[in-house]
Amino acid sequence: MRHAISVLVENKAGVLARIANLFSARGYNIDSLAVGETEDPSISRMTIIVRGDERILEQIEKQLNKLVDVIRVSDFIDTEHLERDLILVKVSADKGTRSEILQIVDIFRAKIVDVGSNSLIIEMTGNEEKIKAFVEIVKPFGIKEMVRTGIVAMARGNKKIADSG
Amino acid sequence: MRKTGAQILIESLLKEKVEIVFGIPGGVFLPTFDVLYDSPLRFILTRHEQGAAHMAEGYSRASGRVGICFATSGPGATNLVTGLANANMDSIPMIAITAQVATNLIGNDAFQEADITGITRPVTKHNYLVKDVCNLARTIKEAFYIAQTGRPGPVLIDLPVDVQKAECEFSYPALVDIRSYRPNYKGHPGQIKKAAELINQAEKPVLYIGGGVITSGAHKEILALAEKAQLPVIWTLMGIGAFPSAHDLSLGMVGMHGTSSANHATQKSDLIIAVGARFDDRVTGRLDKFAPGAKIIHVDIDPTSISKNIYVDVPIVGDARIIIEELVKLVAKKTKMTDWHKQIEIWKKDFPLTYKKDGELRAQYVIEQICEVTKGNGIITTEVGQNQMWSTQFFKYKTPRSFISSGGLGTMGFGFPAAIGAKVACPEKVVFDIAGDGSIQMNIQELATAAHNKIPVKVAILNNGYLGMVRQWQQMFYKKRYSGTVLSGNPDFVKLAEAYGAVGIRVEKKSDVKAAIQKAIKIDQPVFLDFKVEPEENVFPMVPAGAALDEILQGVA
Repeated sequence: MRHAISVLVENKAGVLARIANLFSARGYNIDSLAVGETEDPSISRMTIIVRGDERILEQIEKQLNKLVDVIRVSDFIDTEHLERDLILVKVSADKGTRSEILQIVDIFRAKIVDVGSNSLIIEMTGNEEKIKAFVEIVKPFGIKEMVRTGIVAMARGNKKIADSG
Repeated sequence: MRKTGAQILIESLLKEKVEIVFGIPGGVFLPTFDVLYDSPLRFILTRHEQGAAHMAEGYSRASGRVGICFATSGPGATNLVTGLANANMDSIPMIAITAQVATNLIGNDAFQEADITGITRPVTKHNYLVKDVCNLARTIKEAFYIAQTGRPGPVLIDLPVDVQKAECEFSYPALVDIRSYRPNYKGHPGQIKKAAELINQAEKPVLYIGGGVITSGAHKEILALAEKAQLPVIWTLMGIGAFPSAHDLSLGMVGMHGTSSANHATQKSDLIIAVGARFDDRVTGRLDKFAPGAKIIHVDIDPTSISKNIYVDVPIVGDARIIIEELVKLVAKKTKMTDWHKQIEIWKKDFPLTYKKDGELRAQYVIEQICEVTKGNGIITTEVGQNQMWSTQFFKYKTPRSFISSGGLGTMGFGFPAAIGAKVACPEKVVFDIAGDGSIQMNIQELATAAHNKIPVKVAILNNGYLGMVRQWQQMFYKKRYSGTVLSGNPDFVKLAEAYGAVGIRVEKKSDVKAAIQKAIKIDQPVFLDFKVEPEENVFPMVPAGAALDEILQGVA
């Protein structure tokens, strides 16, 4: 089962290493990890995408909570939430293919953020599925390079991670 | 008043009522050692940093206080790692202060530099690198708080040399509040009520206790609970001493080398009440065959211990003492001798702990005699292997903190420095390290520490010329092919002790054992007793690795 876990941590040196250690030491795999400052600069928020059965997830959640620098852990599995990932794709583009690519960009509500003589950089945000679909469609044009930020997640409505737990 | 980092460190330790520090100095630790020179803190110079870490742990386990060790940067700090890992596995409060190269050199591969916070992250409860002297006092306060609260553990503070020299206004914080760390002590009342109901309904209960009972000081409450509800009691290695072993309800240690009665009772039970124990693999044996008919109540301060290995029906997170105190009030008083108690008596009678009682000098006999001479009142530390298992079987422990042994990590070389730390904490008690000839050589350099500082610990070397436990497994499972387990080249332990200014006594005959132990106790110096024991003696009963807890071997087939 795929889980999106949100973790509020102290914004201090070494915290990311502690969390990465926890996963590697116990043999849990991280699919995606995104970290950034929150509205409170002393707190960072990590969104971790992991896979595992109920028991593994229960352990992950408890082990995360056990770390001294972890303030709160929330699994979004039973929460209405949004997930977004941002991707930059450098696609080969010449006179013959450029307009077709532009159409695809339009359909996916992506953006062209850089134009080179033989390539374009496309920026797109979306959930995992949308990004996967987009990548599949532009692949035949030739993907030169690709980078993703990792998935971030947030509960819908008034609910805040700080309220849950 | 403005003070240097070194002064802040030493004064903060004094504010925490620290009396003793174990360790070794080094180049980047000089500012602190200069302050230490005039301070009332007692400093014990060890001969290896691993020794310092184990001494700090032994001190902590004997006294219940925080043990402190110092090591310099680089190799000094890395030498602490085994000691930290040991304390971490066994949940012992300890603080290690390591010196570090100057902040402007960190990361430059400087002389004697090691990324010790990186290295020790997985083996400490928490650690700090202090880069600003003005954060030092608060960091020390936090370290003491974290080490002792919740599930205790070791905390490391890495202190660069320039931070030791830098100055800041000093005031030691009175309070500590860490928003991301708030351990829960009070158990959920609804869960405690559920637990009491299960106990009242159970026909075949066992009370399974671990190190958490000792940590939380819950031994009196456990005794009250066991007696009120007539619960047979089994314990883990870490739980030894938390319940008097001579009590009628005692079944002994459970697990691989536990008593047959404890293992049979566990397997046949309909309810296990686990308190401060974590269902370690050496306890459960084969997991899918563990106590098939039992419901499980689990009281633990650490939520990650609950339902980690064994599914728990009634989890109660919190402090064992507080929870058991509540639980005792809710359980029904039972007096009758039930069929369950009768069955347990049969197991106890059918499977006593025993060994061949002939004229040979056997290790088990040595331990029985130490128990008899000390009347079970001393502190026993152990190394790891056969010496450790026999020490669990043939010494009858009465009180908490009387048995100090490396449980989770299984560190050979732990017992001797731990004994030194324990003796420093409890100078009025007889402290025996029960050792093997293999283990004792893993920190034997601390003989100098014990002899020079006049710390009169006694070491009973059960000298069989082998790494005995591994040899036993080779005998049982590898056709007696003793690969790498023969200890040829052992020193003469008597001469060795004498060379360090300690006392050595060799014992080769069974009839000399008791007198030698009595003599050793009377000598106010460290004593090495070199017992030349039967070389191929084995530890039984034994549940082989991977077998169910009731698939017990009583001897070599």
